[in-house]
Amino acid sequence: MAHDSVPPSVKIAPPPVELERPALVENNRSIGWISDTVAGVIENNTPGWWKLTITISLFVSLGLPLGLVYLISTGVGVWGLNNPVAWGWAIVNFVWWIGIGHAGTLISAILFLLRQKWRTSINRAAEAMTIFAVMCAGIFPAVHVGRIWFDWWLFPIPNANSIWPQFRSPLLWDVFAVSTYFTVSVLFWYMGLIPDLATMRDRFRKVASKVVEPTAKFRNHLAQFLYGAFSLGWTGSNRHWRNYEKAYLLLAGLSTPLVLSVHSIVSFDFAVSQLPGWHTTIFPPYFVAGAVFGGFAMVMTLMIPLVSLYRLQEIVTIRHLEVMSKVILVTGSIVGYAYGMEFFIAYYGGNPYELYAFKNRAFGDMNWSYWWMLGCNVLAPQFFWFKWCRTTPWFIWVICGFVNIGMWMERFVIVVTSLHNDFMPGNWGYYSPTWVDMVTYFGTFGFFMTLFLLFCRFLPLIAISEVKGVLPQADPHHPLGGAKH
Amino acid sequence: MDSLDDYQIPYGFMAEFDTPADVLHAAEKVRDAGYTRWDVHTPYPIHGMDDAMGLGNSRVGWFTFIAGLFGFFSGMLMIWYMNAYDYGLPVGGKPNFSPFASFPVAYEMTILLGAFGSLGGMLFLNRLPRLHHPLLKNIRFAEVTHDKFYVVIEADDPKYEEEETRGLLEKAGSSHIELVNE
Repeated sequence: MAHDSVPPSVKIAPPPVELERPALVENNRSIGWISDTVAGVIENNTPGWWKLTITISLFVSLGLPLGLVYLISTGVGVWGLNNPVAWGWAIVNFVWWIGIGHAGTLISAILFLLRQKWRTSINRAAEAMTIFAVMCAGIFPAVHVGRIWFDWWLFPIPNANSIWPQFRSPLLWDVFAVSTYFTVSVLFWYMGLIPDLATMRDRFRKVASKVVEPTAKFRNHLAQFLYGAFSLGWTGSNRHWRNYEKAYLLLAGLSTPLVLSVHSIVSFDFAVSQLPGWHTTIFPPYFVAGAVFGGFAMVMTLMIPLVSLYRLQEIVTIRHLEVMSKVILVTGSIVGYAYGMEFFIAYYGGNPYELYAFKNRAFGDMNWSYWWMLGCNVLAPQFFWFKWCRTTPWFIWVICGFVNIGMWMERFVIVVTSLHNDFMPGNWGYYSPTWVDMVTYFGTFGFFMTLFLLFCRFLPLIAISEVKGVLPQADPHHPLGGAKH
Repeated sequence: MDSLDDYQIPYGFMAEFDTPADVLHAAEKVRDAGYTRWDVHTPYPIHGMDDAMGLGNSRVGWFTFIAGLFGFFSGMLMIWYMNAYDYGLPVGGKPNFSPFASFPVAYEMTILLGAFGSLGGMLFLNRLPRLHHPLLKNIRFAEVTHDKFYVVIEADDPKYEEEETRGLLEKAGSSHIELVNE
């Protein structure tokens, strides 16, 4: 055989023990164990903590209708907006939420193209987070226009005077970017769900004959019907998998430029204007890095408690948390570099207004937001240089909390400090939010958490078929997969 | 009296396997025996199964490509029609239509329609959704989404002979062979 003719000097030795990577699923679990464990989350009784958290989430989400109804029935004056600061919390929240979504698409698409197999344990929940975060984000630009009954002017349909929308405005690009992002994220997420919904359908079918109690029987039939209808008659056929995997690859290939373009276009909302502090070419890459940074922090904020409450530590292991911490460290450092570079260009560019805008950020009357941003986004992730910090869940969770705050502060710095002191001192003002701003923002948290908890309860929160595929037991060329030699 | 089963049409043989390596080698044997109307059902896509079944590249890419191209040009055309042809909107002394200002929207439209093309193309090529499948009636086959692997040879395959086909699957090392009815 050709293999035997290779001289010994050319043969590659296996890697040393210390370089061997830990398994993606711990304790050498079988293929069936994966579906039993993940589906168990849906099949077992509703945990007490779930009931408690969804009650709190639903209560907090009441802030959303309260804030919105009051806003729409009264007018945007109920927010803290004023003459220089016409974009306040609404736009800050919009950019923050949309940025959070980006980690989900990064995990599902870019890491797929980069063959990062660890993504399979977290991609489903991260994609769900994306979809719910974009839903929260979409609320703010829709209501901040003031007369929301004219929102349809954003759609490509002529208004009463037969005038079409103005396509040279970045705000309209944003409409297309965000709605495409939402739609494609839903398609990608749903496609990934099809085989797992089939798993749920089959699991409820297998136990159907053992269910006798009428309400349980009804629930079983309903579950079979719904999971069955949405799994579209999936049979795990390899002729289907072949097209499925190709479509998955193509969707990942389409989502990658999409996720990079969405936050770039969001940054155009600012960069295409003439305002010092906004009119900079660094914005697109800086926004994208910041979005991934903030999004990964939110993934960890959600996943760390979820994994320990559902006892899924064997599927989402410390190794997963460690790699995500490294992503946070890298993107946090890119963001820190962008902060420094912005300052340098403001000085080097020779534009006095630009330089003033940056001095004002760091030392003006809203400097607290700048230093919060710098501390949370640049200093806090530096802990992740140390292995203990990257492998201790509670510590990661605390750091990620800071990152979430820091990224909100970053958008506040960009939006508000640039606006409140612009070219003419006669225009200068200050900005404070009102209770309506706050109630609406916290309402979106409740809305987001409610949707996320419902997702965890009723849909497989880990991609069952994808995790199975990365097990050594699933590899036909591995001894654990039955290979003879 | 005859049982209802006597009037049923056979769909094909369903052979169960316990490991991915077994089903991969079984698929190679079925391929080499020259069957055409057969399939392998697995809980996850098995690496190397396309070769073992003798399948070529998937054609989903064409759907994505054509839909994406259509998205790009329809985006450009839409903006030209709306802002330059049907109702010219002069803003800031800029041209009513410019491919550069229109690019972001056309780009998003490319991705949007490309994504629909990928998912739609996948479903079309797989003849999904379908409301009924003979295998889904079989309770044992429910393990296909759990941890078992199946080779299914359909009765309307030109090479299908009840004894011979069963023999082939037995030789391939199946742990359980069953005739599934339509």
